[in-house]
Amino acid sequence: MNTNDYLALNFKDIKDYSDLYPQSRRDFFKRLGGGIIVCVVMSEFLAAQAQEERRFRGFGRGLPSDFNAFLRIDENGHVTGYTGKIEMGQGPITSLPQMLADELDTPLGTVDMVMGDTDLCPWDMGTFGSMTTRMFGPALQAAAAEAKAVLLELAAESLKVPQAQLAAKDGAIFDKEKPERRVTYGQLTQGKKIERHIEGKPPLKDPSQFTAVGQPELHRDGRAKVTGAAHYAGDIRLPGMLYAKILRPPAHDAKLKSMDTAPAKKIPGVQVVQDKDYQGKDLIAVFHEFPDVAENALEQIKADYDVPEARVDDKNIFDHLLSVAPPAHVLASDGDLEAGRKLAVKTVEATYLDGYVAHSPMETHTALARIEDGKATVWASTQNPFGAQGEIARALGFPAEKVRVITPFVGGGFGGKTYNQQAVEAAQLAKIVGKPVQVMWSREEEFFYDTFQPAAIVKISSGVDASGKTVFWDYDVYYAGERGAQQFYTVPNHRTSGHGRGWQGSEHPFHTGAWRAPGNNTNTFARESHIDQMAAVAGVDPVEFRLNNLSDARMVRVLKTAAETFGWTPAKAPSQRGYGVACGIDAGTYVAAIAEVAVDAKTGAVQVKRVACAQDMGLVINPEGAKIQMEGCITMGMGYALTEEIHFKGRKVLDTNYDTYEIPRYSWVPKMDTVILDAKDKPPQGGGEPAIVVMGAVIANAIHDATGVRLCQLPMTPDRVKAAIQKT
Amino acid sequence: MTDTISFKLNGKPTRLNLDGNRLLLWVLRTDLGLTGPKYGCGQGHCGCCTVLVNNVALRSCLVAVSSVKDKDVVTIEGLEQDGKLHPVQKAFMAHDALQCGFCIPGQVMHAVSLLNKNPQPTREQIVQGMNNNFCRCGAHTRIIDAIQSAATEMQGGPAQ
Repeated sequence: MNTNDYLALNFKDIKDYSDLYPQSRRDFFKRLGGGIIVCVVMSEFLAAQAQEERRFRGFGRGLPSDFNAFLRIDENGHVTGYTGKIEMGQGPITSLPQMLADELDTPLGTVDMVMGDTDLCPWDMGTFGSMTTRMFGPALQAAAAEAKAVLLELAAESLKVPQAQLAAKDGAIFDKEKPERRVTYGQLTQGKKIERHIEGKPPLKDPSQFTAVGQPELHRDGRAKVTGAAHYAGDIRLPGMLYAKILRPPAHDAKLKSMDTAPAKKIPGVQVVQDKDYQGKDLIAVFHEFPDVAENALEQIKADYDVPEARVDDKNIFDHLLSVAPPAHVLASDGDLEAGRKLAVKTVEATYLDGYVAHSPMETHTALARIEDGKATVWASTQNPFGAQGEIARALGFPAEKVRVITPFVGGGFGGKTYNQQAVEAAQLAKIVGKPVQVMWSREEEFFYDTFQPAAIVKISSGVDASGKTVFWDYDVYYAGERGAQQFYTVPNHRTSGHGRGWQGSEHPFHTGAWRAPGNNTNTFARESHIDQMAAVAGVDPVEFRLNNLSDARMVRVLKTAAETFGWTPAKAPSQRGYGVACGIDAGTYVAAIAEVAVDAKTGAVQVKRVACAQDMGLVINPEGAKIQMEGCITMGMGYALTEEIHFKGRKVLDTNYDTYEIPRYSWVPKMDTVILDAKDKPPQGGGEPAIVVMGAVIANAIHDATGVRLCQLPMTPDRVKAAIQKT
Repeated sequence: MTDTISFKLNGKPTRLNLDGNRLLLWVLRTDLGLTGPKYGCGQGHCGCCTVLVNNVALRSCLVAVSSVKDKDVVTIEGLEQDGKLHPVQKAFMAHDALQCGFCIPGQVMHAVSLLNKNPQPTREQIVQGMNNNFCRCGAHTRIIDAIQSAATEMQGGPAQ
């Protein structure tokens, strides 16, 4: 295979519309050709997005005046939905067409998505917070409903039949009285050019009429992914491109003292750049036409740094964080805590700790940037292409419309790829060297620059009365953030307070950020461990204790379902069986899990043997996809529960690869029974995150049930479990 | 330090003139344009870069290209024969044994190697055999099921 062949090969399934670059979106519509294009402005949807953004990031931005969904039906009757959302394994490339197909009455196979391209897709905040289905889905459905209304008007004219007498099925509209009189969507759009903008909510179908929604669908991208044809940002090739490797400091904020680049420059074909980035920081990179040669050249650069004195480490971090903690702000409260304390016959006080956890997607942060004729095009592994567009524009000094971000398949994100440093680096370096530049972070760079789940502390004081009812609940969370902090049990006297934002606080020694179901993993670990401690002092079976203190019918239903699925029989913990239970709410979805573990008392090793998990997520779009997400959550969640924790000294990250940072493996995987409850009457809720939130507590509670030992710090490593057992 | 290295790549004779110390992964991905094998860790922990060399799974991020001289190298791109997917590929699709898909080329190649060595593995043998291939999305349980059904199909049993 010669060079020209493989370039062609790599390009063929990348949708590159550079020959019809829109000067504006209106121009783009003109160039799209005929058909029906429907744009939706959903102020409700946008307001919800802005609210989520404030919740997650602690700031909000003005609502964009732009529309946020559009779809096109072309002259062949083919439907394309355009969205700024991206596909990173969570499955919208499969589920969004299901929503479109039903609303449009067209076969699923005629619907496709174009995703994550800032020139082709309407503005979107980003793919996180389990918002694609529950918040973007309705906007897309509204566009489809409007498109069908247009098609019905056209069909009434074409068939000369009143609209009321028409019905749609399989991509065609027919006369209900004479079904042979029919016209396809393709025929209706031929020679037409209809552009609609709609505001508000057109009438949508009742979920009972859905035929595609609710059906299990296999991943549409399955074939591409099992054949190697699926392209990720690092798989894009451009003529003349160079691979860059960037000199990195040994610790955050280390200052470069001296450097010798001469040995690197001696390597044939290597180019070295010493420059400053747009913020005035050192940007020193080596380039070569092969990435491995660039890597070798980088290793030849000898650099000396002043490393700031280490004050914090993974042992003293919690004391440090508490000592600099911001004052409390009350998130929820009711009743009178002091009165509640007087009612209690038993009280429990405990402090729960959680460490820094890495996202560790298998694909490291990667981007390829090309700058041509004053326009930058960047292929990036990102969860927020429009965020990346803004960051790149700022770094290059370009207006945003002169930056196009294209998102190929993303090899896992989990919140970590909302941070686009690598895309900014690639764009700056491409501008400096005047050639397309790829930046693919090494695993070591991925660990160093990751925006870790923040270390956090939760303090809880609570009490029960003689009947086993919780009478007060006083909850303080530090640094995890408020997601999942508010308890859902029936407690007459309670207060929940937050200290510090969920992430990006300056109190941390390095970047922190959103990690799958941000905050909720820590909060649910603390709350559900504490509920079990109360059940134990009350002498009540932990499932029964929860049911005694719950009035929310949805939570009662998922908990009972999980207990039945598992085959739970009541017993006071510790029962020596190794059974644990935990409940949680995330992204609008209710989840309950029951696990069985085996604990090796000699080594402290914990094996999770089985997990039953029940979930109420409202209307389910793709039940198979939703089950896969639950399995993924259970598997990934065992990592933060049992081993995953970043070790560091000062601002130096000590874990640099998988030799010391252990993520879940095949040998960890328990038998899993996942149940999704039928709740068609409720709007669809999040699916990619909820089931992960219960994993810390369900395992902690099962370890307690097996051994009588209560672990209040994540992860529950063999050393910690062993130490706790030996202390008793 | 240019070496001439000949080997068979996805069934085709291939001859390269290059520094034989360069790592196989990057030669495949850049010089040869085969981007199926992925970079995950660069130290052989994760298995995203797995290819077959003489029918045995090998971590291409760890070996020099000179080591495959005169050998038979197969990447994920070469697994399909005459337009037909390998039973392991078909089984991964049928079991929906993937999410982001980034680790999947390595998982598929390692599974093929496993079944080459042991055509009728037990579930426990699959777990142990696959244990050093990482998947962050958590598709493990489906991948185990997929490998079991591929094994059955390759023995002439019911296709999935």
